[in-house]
Amino acid sequence: MIFIKSIYNEVIKIALKPRSYLGIAAITVLVGVILFALKSDGMSIISFVTSSFEQTLSFEGNVLNGNLVAFIILQMLIVQIPLLIALVTGDLVSGEAAMGTIRLLLTQPISRTQLLLSKFMAGGIYTLIVIVWLGFMSVIMGKVLFGTGDLMVLNSDGLVILQEADVNWRYLGGFLVAFLALFTVSSLSICLSCFTDNSIGPIVTTMSIILLFTIIGTLDVHVFDSVRPFLLTTHMASWRSFFEDPLPIQDIKNSILILLIHNILLISISIYVFNKKDITA
Amino acid sequence: MSEKIIEIKSIAKKFGLFEAVKDVSFHVNQGDVFGFLGPNGAGKSTTIRCMLSLIKPDSGSIEIFGKSIFTHRNEILSRTGSIIEKPDFYKYLSAYKNLEIFSRLSRVSIGKKEIYNMLDFVGLGGREQDKFSSFSHGMKQRLGIAQTLLHNPDLIVLDEPTTGLDPQGIIDIRNLILRLKNEQHKTVILSSHNLAEIEIICNRMVIINKGVSVVEGDVKALMNNEDLVVRLELSDKDKSKALILSQYPNIQITDINETSIELPMEKSKISELNKDLVQAGIGIFSIEAKRKLEDYFIKMVNA
Repeated sequence: MIFIKSIYNEVIKIALKPRSYLGIAAITVLVGVILFALKSDGMSIISFVTSSFEQTLSFEGNVLNGNLVAFIILQMLIVQIPLLIALVTGDLVSGEAAMGTIRLLLTQPISRTQLLLSKFMAGGIYTLIVIVWLGFMSVIMGKVLFGTGDLMVLNSDGLVILQEADVNWRYLGGFLVAFLALFTVSSLSICLSCFTDNSIGPIVTTMSIILLFTIIGTLDVHVFDSVRPFLLTTHMASWRSFFEDPLPIQDIKNSILILLIHNILLISISIYVFNKKDITA
Repeated sequence: MSEKIIEIKSIAKKFGLFEAVKDVSFHVNQGDVFGFLGPNGAGKSTTIRCMLSLIKPDSGSIEIFGKSIFTHRNEILSRTGSIIEKPDFYKYLSAYKNLEIFSRLSRVSIGKKEIYNMLDFVGLGGREQDKFSSFSHGMKQRLGIAQTLLHNPDLIVLDEPTTGLDPQGIIDIRNLILRLKNEQHKTVILSSHNLAEIEIICNRMVIINKGVSVVEGDVKALMNNEDLVVRLELSDKDKSKALILSQYPNIQITDINETSIELPMEKSKISELNKDLVQAGIGIFSIEAKRKLEDYFIKMVNA
């Protein structure tokens, strides 16, 4: 019961912290700008992409539809969202130390493990809200503004065209995997937050790690070949797998497994460190 | 004999090479208002944090309500209220919201009415919805006390509770502690640099210095073993000093001003001194005997 109350407390604290709304506001503005740009001049972008196929294929109907718009938005923003998540979750523990409230919290009759897990849960709830908002802004608003239709996706293997009726479940799956990837970012930042009493440090470190992993993942250097499959950032793009045909089920399963292992490791390390930590702040 | 609420035996704690606490032992009885004294860096804060499980000591034992804090942490903390150093709350939340958040983690059902009553009790009535960031230091202290008392704990640990309060606030807190002891039979541990406060409020105390508990016991009993400090205002200071030194050659006389001196003396010898001075024709304008915890504290810390 006290665990549930603690989760509720943590959610309330996030909800009442002005910084928490930066992520939501940023998504609203960024998606708004992309939607506006696509609405004003989207067809010229589409023509540029489809021009190379025009000799072999003819495109009919509403190509620039809500499904495509949502896909474009996700592709553009999914790299930035971790930064917005870390901004809130990165100081869930260290922020308490910096503010001094950790002393009060840890003299309440709740175990440190329960308290920390409630912060992970609250971080997860916040991540879910951000993802749901991103989904609403991209998929729902995209369909409202651009209508619906078949989804045309250009990937490394060529052009994939998915039937309109075959798209919604793919978005659902894609968002679930994206949520798991972003929850891993949240876990990483909370874990780093357990090591310091500095509020900003874990946020900057999380961002730096994501940036470093992204660079390692992008560099075509053989030295990194063995580590690349295990990097968090490699699997942050796994949502895209849901838009391939046929569906690469094994790849998706691998990504989910690796992300789950990341979470279990990060949460375990956090619990160990937090329980050992002397509160001197 | 009163039941022991807290029993701390030989706790020690190192931070790297620095030994913050070397060997601290003391006990607190039920209903005590227990003074916790020591100069800055003596290890008071580390000891209090060990008691509340914020810091794990390297060795020693801590029993509260007859149970070890290491194995019965939640049970003990559910019966304890504390302010450690300064009361810090969430700056972006109101006084009410802050108390509501912490009340959820106590094992007692605390409603809106109780929170409002408590805020009123500590003098924050009417400011319930004001954000913590807008509070003065004194108001923050009062909110800290409200949080400490909200779940009606049996043991209250107050670390410097009157710091930053105005004179009326200090008197209010002092009276509150005495009421908690006398009317509700609470046990209070009071860490303070204000020795006069400790002397007025506490019945027992421990003095810690350089990470070691130097002395522990009943405040009055400890003080009774000490000489009084006698201040005399005289018509002839030099003649008086010569007379006193002839009778007590090892006594240390301190000049206060042109007409006054101060010297330590047993209570029983003061009347005799008075008589000798009068017989020597020295006029005594005033005689004041006092026993100060401050002097005792300095003596113990410098021993």
